[in-house]
Amino acid sequence: MLLIRCPVCGVKGEEGDFHAGGQAHVRRPATSDPVNITDEQHRDYLFLRHNPKGLHFERWRCDRGCGKWFHAARDTVTLDFKAYYKIDELPPVELMRQATGYWAEHFAPHLKATKAKKPVAKRNARVRS
Amino acid sequence: MTGKPYRLPESAGAGRLTDRAKPVSFTFDGKKMTGFAGDSLASAVMANGQRLLGRSFKYHRPRGLVGLGSEEPNALVGVGEGARHEPNLRATQVELYDGMVAVSQNRWPSLGFDVGAFNNRLSRLFPSGFYYKTFMWPRSFWKTIYEPTIRHAAGLGKAPTGRDPDTYEQLHVHCEVLVIGGGVTGLAAAEAAASTGARVIIADENPRFGGLADIAGGKIDGRPQTDWAALRVQQLAKADNVHVLARTTVAGHFHHNYLLLFERLADHDPQLIADGVPRHRLWKVRANQVVVAAGAIERPIAFANNDRPGVLLASAARGLVERYGVAPGLMGVLFTNNDDAYRTALRLKEAGVGIACIVDVRQQVDGALAEAARAAGFEVMSGHAIAGIETDIGGKAISAVKVAPYSSGQGRVINEEKIECDFVAMSGGWNPAVHLWCHNGGKLKFDDSLQTFVPARHSDAISIAGAANGRMSVGECIAEGYAAGEAAAKAVMSKAKAVRMKPPSTEQEAEKRLEPIWFAPATGKYNEGNKHFIDFQNDVTAADLELAQREGYESVEHTKRYTTLGMATDQGKTSNVNGLGVVSQATGRVIPEIGTTTFRPPYTPISMGSIAGTSVGKLFLPVRKTPVFSWHEAEQANFEPVGEWRRPYCYPKMNEDRQAAVNREIMVVREGVGLLDASTLGKIEIKGPDAAALLDRVYTNTFSTLKIGKGRYGLMMNEMGFLMDDGVTVRLADDHFLMHTTSGGADRIAAWLEEWLQTEWMELRVFVTPVTEQWAQFAVAGPKAREVLQALGGDIDFSADGLSFMSMAEGRVGGYPVRVFRISFSGELSYEIAAPANFGRGLWDSLLKAGEPFGIKAYGTEALHVLRAEKGFIVIGDETDGTVTPLDVGLDWAVSKKKTDYIGKRSLEQSYLKAPNRKQLVGLYTEDPNEVLPDGAYAVEKVTDKPPMKMIGQVTSTYWSPTLKRSIAMALIEDGRNRMGEMLLFPLAGKVVKAQIVDPVFYDKQGARQNV
Ligand SMILES: [Zn+2]
Repeated sequence: MLLIRCPVCGVKGEEGDFHAGGQAHVRRPATSDPVNITDEQHRDYLFLRHNPKGLHFERWRCDRGCGKWFHAARDTVTLDFKAYYKIDELPPVELMRQATGYWAEHFAPHLKATKAKKPVAKRNARVRS
Repeated sequence: MTGKPYRLPESAGAGRLTDRAKPVSFTFDGKKMTGFAGDSLASAVMANGQRLLGRSFKYHRPRGLVGLGSEEPNALVGVGEGARHEPNLRATQVELYDGMVAVSQNRWPSLGFDVGAFNNRLSRLFPSGFYYKTFMWPRSFWKTIYEPTIRHAAGLGKAPTGRDPDTYEQLHVHCEVLVIGGGVTGLAAAEAAASTGARVIIADENPRFGGLADIAGGKIDGRPQTDWAALRVQQLAKADNVHVLARTTVAGHFHHNYLLLFERLADHDPQLIADGVPRHRLWKVRANQVVVAAGAIERPIAFANNDRPGVLLASAARGLVERYGVAPGLMGVLFTNNDDAYRTALRLKEAGVGIACIVDVRQQVDGALAEAARAAGFEVMSGHAIAGIETDIGGKAISAVKVAPYSSGQGRVINEEKIECDFVAMSGGWNPAVHLWCHNGGKLKFDDSLQTFVPARHSDAISIAGAANGRMSVGECIAEGYAAGEAAAKAVMSKAKAVRMKPPSTEQEAEKRLEPIWFAPATGKYNEGNKHFIDFQNDVTAADLELAQREGYESVEHTKRYTTLGMATDQGKTSNVNGLGVVSQATGRVIPEIGTTTFRPPYTPISMGSIAGTSVGKLFLPVRKTPVFSWHEAEQANFEPVGEWRRPYCYPKMNEDRQAAVNREIMVVREGVGLLDASTLGKIEIKGPDAAALLDRVYTNTFSTLKIGKGRYGLMMNEMGFLMDDGVTVRLADDHFLMHTTSGGADRIAAWLEEWLQTEWMELRVFVTPVTEQWAQFAVAGPKAREVLQALGGDIDFSADGLSFMSMAEGRVGGYPVRVFRISFSGELSYEIAAPANFGRGLWDSLLKAGEPFGIKAYGTEALHVLRAEKGFIVIGDETDGTVTPLDVGLDWAVSKKKTDYIGKRSLEQSYLKAPNRKQLVGLYTEDPNEVLPDGAYAVEKVTDKPPMKMIGQVTSTYWSPTLKRSIAMALIEDGRNRMGEMLLFPLAGKVVKAQIVDPVFYDKQGARQNV
């Protein structure tokens, strides 16, 4: 029974007060280009999920609290939550750097943008990924 | 059989917990017995001279007491009668009360004479994995012979008969420090933690604190250990920041320091139950820090037939004498590999119980305790082991043991010697009780000097101290307890000043190193008539473990599952390490290399009542009631659950059965006018500048083109392209829609829309507001529906043109503010009238009154379903099952070809969802019009004598249609639309029903009746 904190309303609650929403930062291809979606893209969107041992990024909903969706970074071995961040945000830069495997690849472009001193958009729906 | 010799005289200083002035009477297996207040059920039965306490699970071997507390594997009993009967309790933990009715388990017809014991003779039929091997053939035997026989003869206790009359409760509690175990270590930890002001809970499974302080020997501050413990408990109980919980088992440790505590408030005293005290309480504790001080459990030794009644742990023998003044027998033999067990010999001698000799496997025995034993006159047979046991015919009483010279690694028995005795106290060393440490991932390491696993590391805020951490002297235990308690509190209470605890002075005899013995060689041929039991409760022997190794189950987790070692209700408390020892010897691998299996919660079983708590009866699940629920009740409606709602299934009149009522209600709607409480229908208001855009994305069809005041039937798919909900959505204003969902889908769909808005289409400016409970909604359906509404009066024009099909109007009807939707799920002229919920009952009554001249009658959900089936309308969840597309059910017309994007669109392009042989919705007419197919019946390609038969589809809805006076059904059939007219075969029990594929719209195909 995990203890979770909602980054939107700030409430701390039991796992049962929240709803687990699976892997974070999954891009829906149709939202940006509904016409040209390859079978591979569609398969990956629907079915391909990662289950890393260690640092992982997930979606949660504050079910019995404010009702908002948010993101959480969690270690799947120790079950420690490393960070909570809003649904339209990227993880803290230090966690993107710690990420390995799929997540390292996924965050690489964003980290590059950070290095180039371009600010990582904090609240921009379209940059979200 | 007289109990006298087993109850020791008071003068012997034994029986610390019993009150000889308070005799208690009880029955065991119907036999009247007496004990004393303070006795455990086990000690009282033993005092009455009965050694036989149960039969074993697999072989039905006679079994007696082994342990002192929760580790007891054999003496499982049922306590109480009828609905209050509780099975599978450990007799060692059952506190005796006057009038207790207790029974042994796993014996039939009686404990003394047991039919199943013949399993023991056939034990070659029950090797490791016997379920997989023995009962495989002939196949027909399984159902007729094997299963009934096994079920009758095997199994543990019996379930209570009747509903539990007692109450249970649950508590949710937070604390800074939870201390598990109330022995000297736990008391020290709690004292140190509490001194900082931290909120502390200390829980112990026993009725009193102190753990094994009474039998561990040694002194604290020059006085008995129990004095020190008693003072600590007293002080802790007085402190405002400490909960002292006796009779409370910490059953499990879960993520983020969540713990379940199982408190037995009233098991020990029926008067408390009579006074209304809950029987059990389940504490759900969230602790910042946890200190495990769960102590240690003595391990048995695997020698031949070590399960005979009378063979018990040395600590149990000592405890029986010390606590209850009960002798384990008249003359015993002590069998040990360590020094601690000598305390048993010394304590028993002090109490006047005979010990014929001490058999010690070590060649050199020269510890302080051994010297004390020799000085007390004991014969110590060093370098010896027990090679066999002699018993009476039934194996129920020991008459002698055979002792032979032993040295480690030697497998042969020579020069054995017989020693007469009636009990054996054995000790193979001590295992730290690391179970709770391990529940949530604590790691272990092998300790060479203790020859067992001790805690290594943990990633949670948890520490472990004392015997549970492998510290076996009282001085170490107290020092470590203080340190752990202080560290735990300090980690939370950063600003608190810790009172540094000064450990008291302690004295205790030093102990020499033990010598591991995993298997004592037996007299006679190997494993011939000999069983070296490792797991008493699951009847697993050393030979079983060896066989598992030979058959390749080398991983310890495989060994466990194949042999069931450690999988009984005692979770292998006494068997785990011994099992590893046997595997180690059989494979030549060292124990740390083999590793351990996983310990899982609960530590000991917890009651179902405590899990349910107060969530029983009406509080199990709240019933959702519509605004006219009381009317339905008054009409004695037949209710059916629809999600959490209770909806009227039908309203039978006097002498009418359900089917007759349903038929009547249908004809009322077809011929006159009916009234349906449709308030449970999901209602979601969707408002904002982008409301239409949202609907276009979640529905398969287009809503942005819908005119204000009009409604449209919409289909929702998930991203896989499968149907998930449907309903009519109405446009109230340019930026305002009212969505209707299925009754069951209301919450899910609201959450679904929110998810898309919050996580994917954040730019859409829309509010989604579930309003299901805000509105009462009724369908007025039938040819006379218009007349009823017109009779009611108001400002709405109900004429065919005034309110056309799929239109809505707002206004007043019969004085009530309403929204009226002209939609139809029955195929008849039909209006759905919605009023704010608090006007619901008034409107309902007005409709019934206005409708009276027209013969209006209420109809229920079953009539509703038949009416829609006659029209071929689908129901989500009947015609769909999460794998059905709009195309499958023939709703292509509701799927937009123009919109570029909506949920599920891309999936519909996948070839497998367009394949021609997919199951498609069709209607069915049974060849015999009176034959109603069962729901879910399968159509097969060809009927053969026995399965398998290729299935080509299944019935999704099936009814008697009073309108058509014949049976109708809907079905999903492979390539169904191309098979119109084909006769399908439905093999049922004892017959094959034929049915012809027809159009799924059975009645009024043109839809003329709703368009009037
Ligand atoms: Zn929240």
